[in-house]
Amino acid sequence: MILAQSSSSRIASDAVLMTGAIVMVFPFVWMILASLTPQSEIFNGDLLPTPTLHGAIDNYGTALSAIPLLRFMANGIVVCVAILVLQIAIAIPCGYALAKLSFPGRPILLVAVLLGLLVPVQIPTIPIYIALAKSGLLDSYAALVLPWIVSVFAIFLFRQFFVTFPDEVLDAARLDGFSELSIAWRIMLPAAWPAVASFSIFSIVAHWNDLYWPMVVITNPDMMTPSLGIAYFRQAGEGTGNVGALMAGGVLVTAPLVALFLLMQKHFIRGLVLGRH
Amino acid sequence: MAALDLHIDDIGKRYGAIDVLRGICLNVAAGEFVTLLGPSGCGKSTLLRIIAGLERADQGHVRAGGRELDAVAPKDRDLAFVFQSYALYPHLSVYDNIAAPLVMRELSSLERLPVIGGLLPGAVLRKRSIRERVGQTSALLKLDALLERRPSALSGGQRQRVALGRAMVRKPKIFLMDEPLANLDAALRIHTRGEIARLHKEMQTTTIFVTHDQAEAAALSDRVAVIFGGELRQVAAPADLYREPVDLDVARFLAQPFLNEVAVAAPMGGALMIGGSRIIIRDALGSGQAGTLAFRPEHATLVDKDQPGALAVCVTRIEHAGMDAHVFVNAEVGAEFVARISAERARPLRDGDNLGLNIDPENAWFFPSSGSRRPGDHSGAA
Repeated sequence: MILAQSSSSRIASDAVLMTGAIVMVFPFVWMILASLTPQSEIFNGDLLPTPTLHGAIDNYGTALSAIPLLRFMANGIVVCVAILVLQIAIAIPCGYALAKLSFPGRPILLVAVLLGLLVPVQIPTIPIYIALAKSGLLDSYAALVLPWIVSVFAIFLFRQFFVTFPDEVLDAARLDGFSELSIAWRIMLPAAWPAVASFSIFSIVAHWNDLYWPMVVITNPDMMTPSLGIAYFRQAGEGTGNVGALMAGGVLVTAPLVALFLLMQKHFIRGLVLGRH
Repeated sequence: MAALDLHIDDIGKRYGAIDVLRGICLNVAAGEFVTLLGPSGCGKSTLLRIIAGLERADQGHVRAGGRELDAVAPKDRDLAFVFQSYALYPHLSVYDNIAAPLVMRELSSLERLPVIGGLLPGAVLRKRSIRERVGQTSALLKLDALLERRPSALSGGQRQRVALGRAMVRKPKIFLMDEPLANLDAALRIHTRGEIARLHKEMQTTTIFVTHDQAEAAALSDRVAVIFGGELRQVAAPADLYREPVDLDVARFLAQPFLNEVAVAAPMGGALMIGGSRIIIRDALGSGQAGTLAFRPEHATLVDKDQPGALAVCVTRIEHAGMDAHVFVNAEVGAEFVARISAERARPLRDGDNLGLNIDPENAWFFPSSGSRRPGDHSGAA
């Protein structure tokens, strides 16, 4: 009886999860199928478009030739890597100091970090825009990267991770001749690897997909990141209606993220679970 | 290897309203093995951390080899620390754990880089020297087969040896050990105790060893410093500490495992009265205060109940412990005593037997209620 009950409730919860998964995945399936279907046949009334080989060649050919998609993606890689490296370079020592060093003002700084988590980017947009404009940095990688290099989320995540690290190991390191910075890099960073991995996914996905910030600071198509590039391509619309090519662009832009996630899935989930102390 | 002497001068430490350490003075000679012994929470680990520089004292000074250490960073104090939890670097192999103190001190940050470091001519020589010294240390501690493993793949005893290796490899002038045996099981603890004694004999490094285990302290130390409630009560060689505890706390702490105590009135004419019996003991009895008479089970003998001068007692319980037996008796004066006698002599005894109990006057102590047996005995001069 108990067994039957638990298996029927299991079926119910599985059904809910499956429905959720289908709702989430459906747009992606549609995007992939549409990217493979000739322009004229996408909206023929069926729920899912029917792919054909020449439709695929057409759409991907247009996506790669009509817009500088590879250039956008190269920009995206440069920007995302630069942001991530600088974020980690700053957040690891900050998180270590907030977790393990005692200095006057530490509680206030921690509160400031938590408050920082609550401020959406739209609020400081105008001051940052003005600052970048006055320093002549608009339409540059710097404009895309610099506003993001201090991540309060990363500082907080790493701080939570470091708090539980045994103090005796740090004492041992100090006696062995480690400086505080080398403790942060050589001991805390390897220990925080799962947190770093899950933060990396967050950061890369957020900045790869970001449309808002590049739209604020970039007008030159050469500097555009993938999301902005595709939006620009749609508007500048040699094909306002070329949905197939748009979807092909979308597939190409999304693929690296999916690959990255699959590669780091294990660390990502471990980091999320561990970081939740 | 040159060892350093260590002078601890009037160290005091407060946490909020609590005095953790009060006026601790202790001199340790070069090459000496001194144990800080006391119950948990007595401040002995704090004192060790102050010596290491991991914690700052509120008053007093630490000197090693004539050099004032108070303003010296922990890593520049030329001492090594073995932690109770071993505190190994979890992501480094055994080899890298042992090599860490050498790598951090002897290679520049550029030379520590994996590929570029190998191209710098000085670094190659220094790295070879580091490898040799790590090899010597791992051979000494029988860790050669484990060098590639991570700490998580080691047993407690192996981790302990790695922690010792990391401390030894730099050949520090002073060793500080904070309950390094506490997390080992009983058999391994005795074995490792022997290892530590052997290493100390070989290297003759000044060692301060913290423990709450009197047997460990007695087995290892040249001298034992007993700490109670943040105060240094007595510093003496293990045998002297056993024979001449300075106050009742020390005597109780060193009792293994029992101590007989009986409250007595102030001595009169060099003798104490317990019930109707007069006992003359060797202790100077001029204090005129009431106090406690204490003696160990092995210094009580059981005799016929009619023997003159013996306390009348009645057997309540007998515990056998191998060669010896502990005989628990109730005295008519209203105290319970334990006598330790050979198992052979305990054999005919039964619960309820009426006997006499004699106290060895040479090995009984009178602690006046004011505290110390001999005032002014707290000095730690080597």
